[in-house]
Amino acid sequence: MEIMEKDVAKTATKLKTQQILEGKVLSVKWEPNLKYAWDNGPALGRYLAELKNGRIIAKKCNKCHRIMIPPRMFCELCWRPTDEWVFVKDTGIVNTWVVSYVDWKAGRLDIKGGVRPITPAVIEIDGASKGMGILHLLDEVDPWKIYRGMRVKAVWKPAEERIGAITDIKYFKPIE
Amino acid sequence: MTKRVAIIGIGTTGFRATTPDLSYRELTYEAATKAYLDAGIEPKDVDAFVSTAEDFFEGYSIADEYSPDQLGAVLKPIYTIPGDFIHSLASAYMMILSGIGDIMVVQGMSKASNMLTLSELVTFAMDPIYNRPLKESPHAVAGMEMARFMYETGTTREQCAKVVVKNKKNALTNPLAGHGVLIDPDYVLNSEIVSFPLTQMDISPHSDGAVVVVLAEEKTAKSLSDKPIWIRGIGWCSDTPGLETRNWAEAVYAQIAAEMAYKMAGIRYPRKEINFAEVNDEFSYKELQHLEAMRICKKGEAGPLTEMGGTEIDGEFPVNPSGGCLGVGNLYELNGGHKVLEVVRQLRGEAGKNQLKDVTTGIAQSWRGIPTTTGTVVILSN
Ligand SMILES: [Zn+2]
Repeated sequence: MEIMEKDVAKTATKLKTQQILEGKVLSVKWEPNLKYAWDNGPALGRYLAELKNGRIIAKKCNKCHRIMIPPRMFCELCWRPTDEWVFVKDTGIVNTWVVSYVDWKAGRLDIKGGVRPITPAVIEIDGASKGMGILHLLDEVDPWKIYRGMRVKAVWKPAEERIGAITDIKYFKPIE
Repeated sequence: MTKRVAIIGIGTTGFRATTPDLSYRELTYEAATKAYLDAGIEPKDVDAFVSTAEDFFEGYSIADEYSPDQLGAVLKPIYTIPGDFIHSLASAYMMILSGIGDIMVVQGMSKASNMLTLSELVTFAMDPIYNRPLKESPHAVAGMEMARFMYETGTTREQCAKVVVKNKKNALTNPLAGHGVLIDPDYVLNSEIVSFPLTQMDISPHSDGAVVVVLAEEKTAKSLSDKPIWIRGIGWCSDTPGLETRNWAEAVYAQIAAEMAYKMAGIRYPRKEINFAEVNDEFSYKELQHLEAMRICKKGEAGPLTEMGGTEIDGEFPVNPSGGCLGVGNLYELNGGHKVLEVVRQLRGEAGKNQLKDVTTGIAQSWRGIPTTTGTVVILSN
């Protein structure tokens, strides 16, 4: 694979970029082709299928009485199979959040140029047990006006665009 | 006097080419539930857990963080070994010897069917400067080793083919195995060439599954189990990784790992003192090479012994009565787990139609697959 100037610029080498580009120094570039097709299993599979339907489903453990999302086939605390499937609401409260000036590749967002900071949040979902929820994004809100306990609601993609993925919910926005 | 440690519980899902209905979570949960039931324990009784996972095989970086839930190990001592299952077993064994606890759990899982670019993944294990630029298939490494092994020992392709025939036949009567079939040696010899002398049928197909094993210190083991299977010796070893400098004919890593285990077990004549073996046969010739490395056969003897039926279930020294990797499937980091499971089933008299008569000591051996030179061995007695 051809080595580009930008690849060299990112390295800590003391060599001059040009020396590498001219082939005066051996360099190897290898982009791994690693592909996986993870089997979701019944719990995550149903969870995703219901997102496609525009609903959030949880699973209940009748021993510790937790209503768990994401759902699971067994209760990791009671060590027993879980019981009923139960639908929960698509509303909840903000447990914790950040105002992020960097994206997932650690790239700087052009905040001064008017780009809105990204606001990831953990949302405790109404109907699920306390502390259980969804890691998602907040939007349609001033990043600096988010507060702990803020009530939010899912903003869904249109039905025809949903594929059974966590991104079928575009983001959560404040209600009231 | 060193403490004695026994396997008091085993659990598995069995092994199949694909498991599209279950995630790795449910696979391990099933194996763990069965193992705990078998041992008569609950997760709360376990002092520590060791899981086995390779990030690239799972497709997660830091895959070990995903281990606790399905083992009942949430908020308990647990760590993961990125090696073979028997490495994890050794680690748990040492924890008992060192007094950290009396009950340990070891887990391994394969979701090989989920790896879509297996060949690229194995190539990625080769040296980026010396090897990868040559763009050779990882199976070339196995083919070259097979060629050198055959040259130095006089082993024939027909003898290697006989390993495939035997193991795939044994798998037919093992309900846990997923790749049983009745074939003759010609079918193997005439199957598609991959890296001559290696053909498609000389290579183990892959399988999914999970194994969980419960270990206990002697006193606990005797109080919980009426058929504890004792760990008599355990060993592990790695040769140089260099494809340029390694011994291409002999599995030195298996030899040294086995000698470590023999010494611990007080075994001097393995062929006489051990009744049967589950050895790594990811490629047909590997079964023969490993038998010779572990002194179960002399150099050049494993092929003829196999040809004469000496390693069949009713032979003088049964090898891979379960069906081995060829008949059960290549389980990657779980390979050693399957070997241990099958030795325990035999020693307990629970191997069904594949049950061997009057066995008291068995050996389980594993290898980390191409391009590695790492092997593990454990000797078990009832
Ligand atoms: Zn529970």
